[in-house]
Amino acid sequence: MRPRLGARSRVSAMTGPPPVAPDRPSLLAPDDPGSATAGPSAPAVPTLGSENVPPVGVFAPDLAGSLPAADPTMLHDLALDQVFSALVHGREEYDLSPLLARPLERADEIVARQDVFRDLERDAVRGPVERFARSMRSVRAAQATSAKMRQQDQRARLFLESAVRYRAAVEELLREVGDAGPRSRGLRELVEFGHQYLASPSFRQLCHEIDRLLSELRSVAYTVQFRGDRVTVAAPAGEGDYGEEIVATFARFPGPDGRDPTFSLHEWSEMNHVEEEIQDRVALLFPAVFAELRTFPARHAHFADAVFVELDRQLQFYLGYGEIVTRLRSRGLSFSYPELSDRASDLEVRDTFDLALALRLPGPPVVNDLRLAPPERIAIVSGPNNGGKTTFARTIGQLHYLARLGCPVPGSFARLLRSDRILTHFERGERLADLRGKLLDELVQVHAILQVASERSVIVLNETFASAMVHDALFLGRRVLELIRARGALCVYVTFLDELSTLGAETVSVVSTVSPEDPEVRTYRLARRPADGRAHALAVARKYGLTYEALTEGRDR
Amino acid sequence: MIVRLLSPISDFDAEAPLPDGAETLTRDLDLGTLFDAMAGDDAFLAQTVPKVVLRGLTDPMHVRYRQDVLLDCIAHPDVARALYDVASEVTRAEREAWGFGNRPDTILYRSTRLLRSLLPLLVRVREIAETESPRLQSEGFRAYFAGVRTDLDARFFAATRAHLERLEFAQGMLLSARLGPGNKGDDYRVRTPRPAHRPWPLRWLGSRRSPLSFEIGDRDEAGHRAVADLKAMGVSSTAVTLARSTAHVVRFFALTRAEVGFYLACVALRERLARAGLGVALPHPESSATGTLSAQGLYDPCLALRTHARPVANSLAADGARLVVITGANQGGKTTFLRSVGVGLVMLGAGMFVPADSMSASTGHGIFSHFKRGEDESLQGGKFDEELKRMAWIAPRLRPGAVLLCNESFASTNEREGSEIADQAMRAFLERGVRVLYVTHLFEFGQRVLARGASDILFLRAERAADGRRTYRMEAGPPLSTSFGEDLCRQVFAPDHVEFAAPVTPECPR
Repeated sequence: MRPRLGARSRVSAMTGPPPVAPDRPSLLAPDDPGSATAGPSAPAVPTLGSENVPPVGVFAPDLAGSLPAADPTMLHDLALDQVFSALVHGREEYDLSPLLARPLERADEIVARQDVFRDLERDAVRGPVERFARSMRSVRAAQATSAKMRQQDQRARLFLESAVRYRAAVEELLREVGDAGPRSRGLRELVEFGHQYLASPSFRQLCHEIDRLLSELRSVAYTVQFRGDRVTVAAPAGEGDYGEEIVATFARFPGPDGRDPTFSLHEWSEMNHVEEEIQDRVALLFPAVFAELRTFPARHAHFADAVFVELDRQLQFYLGYGEIVTRLRSRGLSFSYPELSDRASDLEVRDTFDLALALRLPGPPVVNDLRLAPPERIAIVSGPNNGGKTTFARTIGQLHYLARLGCPVPGSFARLLRSDRILTHFERGERLADLRGKLLDELVQVHAILQVASERSVIVLNETFASAMVHDALFLGRRVLELIRARGALCVYVTFLDELSTLGAETVSVVSTVSPEDPEVRTYRLARRPADGRAHALAVARKYGLTYEALTEGRDR
Repeated sequence: MIVRLLSPISDFDAEAPLPDGAETLTRDLDLGTLFDAMAGDDAFLAQTVPKVVLRGLTDPMHVRYRQDVLLDCIAHPDVARALYDVASEVTRAEREAWGFGNRPDTILYRSTRLLRSLLPLLVRVREIAETESPRLQSEGFRAYFAGVRTDLDARFFAATRAHLERLEFAQGMLLSARLGPGNKGDDYRVRTPRPAHRPWPLRWLGSRRSPLSFEIGDRDEAGHRAVADLKAMGVSSTAVTLARSTAHVVRFFALTRAEVGFYLACVALRERLARAGLGVALPHPESSATGTLSAQGLYDPCLALRTHARPVANSLAADGARLVVITGANQGGKTTFLRSVGVGLVMLGAGMFVPADSMSASTGHGIFSHFKRGEDESLQGGKFDEELKRMAWIAPRLRPGAVLLCNESFASTNEREGSEIADQAMRAFLERGVRVLYVTHLFEFGQRVLARGASDILFLRAERAADGRRTYRMEAGPPLSTSFGEDLCRQVFAPDHVEFAAPVTPECPR
């Protein structure tokens, strides 16, 4: 499948309707209603190469609505909203949120994104891509400045500047990424498409005009005489450079290296009225050059190709997540590309961590492992409070979501379920006057989860029914776990009820641990071991000499 | 123009950091007293002298280069003084041209003013070069004056005076420009107008009626500001050139002041010592490979300057000795002796004369000191901790050819431990090619070193007269098991009875 490019409204917002080059018929087909649901069998979708389709969609398949948006409550429960706001920070102009809220479903699409991420881990690929992003920003900046200019010549000149930057951005990107030899299909096809684009008559024409105009503008030279209040513009007449005369006298005193004065002179991109008066007279001196400059914007109103505009946006998704990865790797944390499995009971993660927590903490968080072997599918997480139970549960949920975005995930190794849904229920702190009402509310929500859960779903339950009496909580917990087991879903259940961990072969017990020396020190490590609430209590007792042995020691003597 | 009076290869750098351990060395050797005597009440020299002295030279050739310049200055202090005085005026010139703002036109204005003040100083340096250069013989001064005479020729002075006049732009300003980003003028440069190249009938081109000309109205303040900005851009390259050149000249004078000032400080020190009846000598610097260290009549000038007492002079013949172990009676002059060797090595490395009748020594590649500290300075963590910490700081900085002056190192623990550590550390340092002078009471350490019997180890002992009195002289000899604390004790508790012969009182404190 070659998913198509979406988000056309942004394209037209910036540069107007995209030009359709003759060699790229219906490149975007923005008005084709069928495109929104284009799938592998959609015959109307042209493809690159023999069929000429932009490759860019591989980066982020159609965002126009073919994929369902993720449940915001789930994203909040898993603290992915925090992760995404960190990612989006400074990239607000790219509108990445819809992309982040739409996890992929197909394995080949996920792998395709992972491949692009892998390519971008190489400096030789990421460097050019980052430069491209910066250049495209400067293209937009020049256009915005151009629009603000009063003087027609200046407006035209800045518009030309934005075209110059656009051209350099595209050429550089394609050359450098091409040289780097990308391995992902997405970037390979981008390079292939790009070369066709560079050779297209419309782009050639743009380059030709830019070159000629720039060279003519460069050749414009003039003099300005200031005498009293009078300012006179003229063509140069071979007057000597006084700076060179000064240099000739003082070259014997070249000065200490690197200590040149730094000037501060207010430099406005806009001209003041004296400069405008001077420029008007320069235009009189060079009428032909300025006539051509003034007509350039009209002739190339839509020079930016929609493909590169959208590419610029989608690359921000990779760069933003990649920055997070780089930052956390520098603190000694690992990321890896998850293997995706179709079975809920085939899970292994090593050295994984809560991404949101890692972004908040100044240092690296504690990392954890988990391994489930068939038929194990349900992890019951118990142990002392503030020991990292919720963090651990959140982590497992995050891993599955991030995997579906095609991202590398926290951990040195990850084999995960390619889930169809990630369903969460987190105990919320709200104090309902009516405890029964709250329990009911929880049951309704859990029921809704069970309604849609399949054997490929991930369910994260955090302290569900915690507010109920133990007898009730145990009963409801057992019941819910039975149902989850029957669904065959992958589940992480955080609870204070030890008893839930021994329900059957599918359940495993995971316990938050404390330091052997000081039971009050949490290690934030989770270990697979039988739940035993008393073990911790004994350790605390020993510390204060209140164990049986300690209390009887003196007596035996 | 070059200065290069301190070294044939580099100029004085006031900003360069002092070598590692220099502050400790200053304090342990009491070099502050030496610096004060050199600088007198000249605040500039008080800052400069320690930097020159403490940054010792390592190449014996460079030491001799400095010694030659020093000899010139001793022979002709009037020339050195004249150069120093001219160079010192640069501070006033700089102060006068000081100002706010870093627009190109303000910088140009300041540079022009500065250049105007510097010009008479340059003239005077040129005059000194003309009249005095035949009298000075050192390589350093010959190159210095040659540079002055080449760069400050008559053409330079004439051209500079002409520029100073033109830079006032009394006749208006002609700029050239190109189109830059956004069509704004760019690459503004000041041009020299061609004199009256336009025939009379075309003069109207710059007049009221030309479409290529316009006028800034009297009340158009923004317009006048804009013109000033354009002119400022036009003079920016000129401003850079002039700022660089004036900075160059200022630096030339600043270096002259610092480098000549150092020699004047040496001359002053020599006079001060002479007034106290103390002589100095130019030492023979050798390369560190030779392991040379010998001196006759070596004394501690700092002690002499501070106490105004005639110091005890010692001789030292330690050529080839990598480790000099100095033992002997308390208050026997060991520390003073160690200091005199240290100060001598520092002064030799600085290209100065030394406080001795004669001295030959290898230049030290870094001189470090590890002196015992008083009780009050070990704040926390214990005394032993503190001194080990200091030694751990020094150890990685000891390169081959370095000199380490130890005064009672490792003495703040018991003797067995101290000796063990001292022995291990010294063995390691000697293998690294470090020269160590070690004042110590650690008898076991001495015994161990002695037992190994290496030829590159010299033992010195503070001499003690038969009557128990100290002579403050060092003699060759292995460590004795007793130090002479009981003597001291007697001296302190019965100062009037010099020939005290009674048995040692058991309650006498150590």
